[in-house]
Amino acid sequence: MSASLVASQVSIVRNGATLLDHVDVKVSSGEFVAVLGPNGAGKSTLLGAVAGDFALSDGEVTIDDRPLDAYAPSDLARKRAVLPQQIVISFPFTVREVVAMGRSPWLDDQDDERIEAAMRRMGVESLRKRTYQTLSVGEQARVSMARVLAQDTPLLLLDEPTAVLDIGQQERFLSVARSLVDEGRGVIAVLHDLNVAMRFATRVVVLHEGRSIASGAPRDVLTPALLSNVYHQKIRVDSTSDGSTVIMPDHRA
Amino acid sequence: MTEARRTSLSAVGVFLAVLLGLTMLLSLASGAFQISLRDLLGIIGDGPRHDASDLVAHNVFWQVRLPRVVLAVVVGASLAVAGVIMQGIFRNPLAEPATVGVSAGAAVGAVIAIIVGLNQLPLGVQVVAFLGGTLSTALVYLLSRSDGKTEVVTLILTGIAINAFAGAVIGLAVFVADDDEIRSVTFWSLGTLGLATWKSVAAVIPLAVIGMLVSAKFSRVLDTLALGDRAAAHLGVKVEPVRLQAIAVVGLLASSAVAATGMIAFVGLLVPHIMRIVLGPRHRHLLWTAALLGGSVTLLADLAARTLLSPAELPLGVVTALIGAPFFLLLLRSTRRNQGGWA
Repeated sequence: MSASLVASQVSIVRNGATLLDHVDVKVSSGEFVAVLGPNGAGKSTLLGAVAGDFALSDGEVTIDDRPLDAYAPSDLARKRAVLPQQIVISFPFTVREVVAMGRSPWLDDQDDERIEAAMRRMGVESLRKRTYQTLSVGEQARVSMARVLAQDTPLLLLDEPTAVLDIGQQERFLSVARSLVDEGRGVIAVLHDLNVAMRFATRVVVLHEGRSIASGAPRDVLTPALLSNVYHQKIRVDSTSDGSTVIMPDHRA
Repeated sequence: MTEARRTSLSAVGVFLAVLLGLTMLLSLASGAFQISLRDLLGIIGDGPRHDASDLVAHNVFWQVRLPRVVLAVVVGASLAVAGVIMQGIFRNPLAEPATVGVSAGAAVGAVIAIIVGLNQLPLGVQVVAFLGGTLSTALVYLLSRSDGKTEVVTLILTGIAINAFAGAVIGLAVFVADDDEIRSVTFWSLGTLGLATWKSVAAVIPLAVIGMLVSAKFSRVLDTLALGDRAAAHLGVKVEPVRLQAIAVVGLLASSAVAATGMIAFVGLLVPHIMRIVLGPRHRHLLWTAALLGGSVTLLADLAARTLLSPAELPLGVVTALIGAPFFLLLLRSTRRNQGGWA
């Protein structure tokens, strides 16, 4: 259960607008890479490019040293799973049926053990007979994540996985993400919450206007100077007495 | 909390098989010429070439009623399966061969084939009908989709436009051709099983069987397409090739049906929807159960068409539209509610 993904010098130009400008990002087994940046910086575009959703204008994405387009779609689906921001399902599938769809690359949607384990891990097993469409947005997000877990891939690409979760669900989600990393999987997640990135990421990549302006360990990268510049907002990074770090807007005179 | 209710698959399967069997027996026995159940079994026992004592009953059964019943089952099953696949690839429960203009496109193809004399070739009409049907499916698809979603309004409007255009072409063809083979505008626009012969049955069955066998391989893919194109691709589905193949299968099923019976509306809409309510949306079960129910529904509609005003016969499409149109309105309403308005 290990794989490495390398995106090098990835550019995406659409209708004359440069959405990504020669961005590098990589993730290996046991890493949690957070992609950060303000709205419109190209975070979701980068995740889509890395997932193989769009043709690249320049650069290359490889998994285990093979370019994405050298993979058959089903082989790629056994290497990496993708959690989109929000999934609208067009027919009244039940939660269990949705999670079971995660098994389809393996052609064994009857694999009860993995399906049940994925639902338990995301705490949605009590929703199994509910129709996905009738769930709250937070429940839908956890069900979608359970589907991604059922896909059982060494690499996971998550687009704002915690955006619609409350603080308790967010913590439970992140402990799942951490356990995935401990199992030797690699995770790339687009995040908005800088504190979450600071606590959970092994590496962060900060995008700004389609360019990668910094990457490295969160403590080295997430500095007041860099954040204030990127977000057009004065931001402070404080250490608390118990050794954790808090990032927040700075309103001191 | 609202849990999705699903009826046991085996119970539904047995029910649908029994329903189809009983409907077939009832249809074989009933009509302008009544055949009692005992005579019916006798005639079946005698076989097609037997010099039966009751020649009338024998001929009615083997030459008129049996081909009609078989055609009804095959056409109904084809339309229902075509409906399931269309709804799956469009991600929309309102898609159906008749409402979106696929059947009309097939009818235009069939009429043109007859005018230029292709009906002299084996499967000539079916092939051109297939081209017409597939072309209009592709047209609807290209026009009504953007960013991986089907726009409901565009879908329905495209259907209206294609149906109107096809109706005009058919009307024109019937007007200028004055050929028995063209039959009538009523035949194409309202459909009938009244012209069923073993020849028409023989033309439909291979195409229907091929279409249904191929459709079985889409079941898993149609499920994942419900997640949207991108998520389906992330699960290893080759979205565009699959969609093109599925469009071809819809074209095949709908066109072979239309070439034999004219346009029969609403079967492809009603039947998949009922099965989705009973069994849930998983396509593996939906496809074959919809085929069974499609056969029964079409048979029952045909039975009503030929017995309600007996000895006169209503066009089949009149019966399916009488039942189907109100159902379609209900479906529109609930779809609008679920989607929170038109989008």
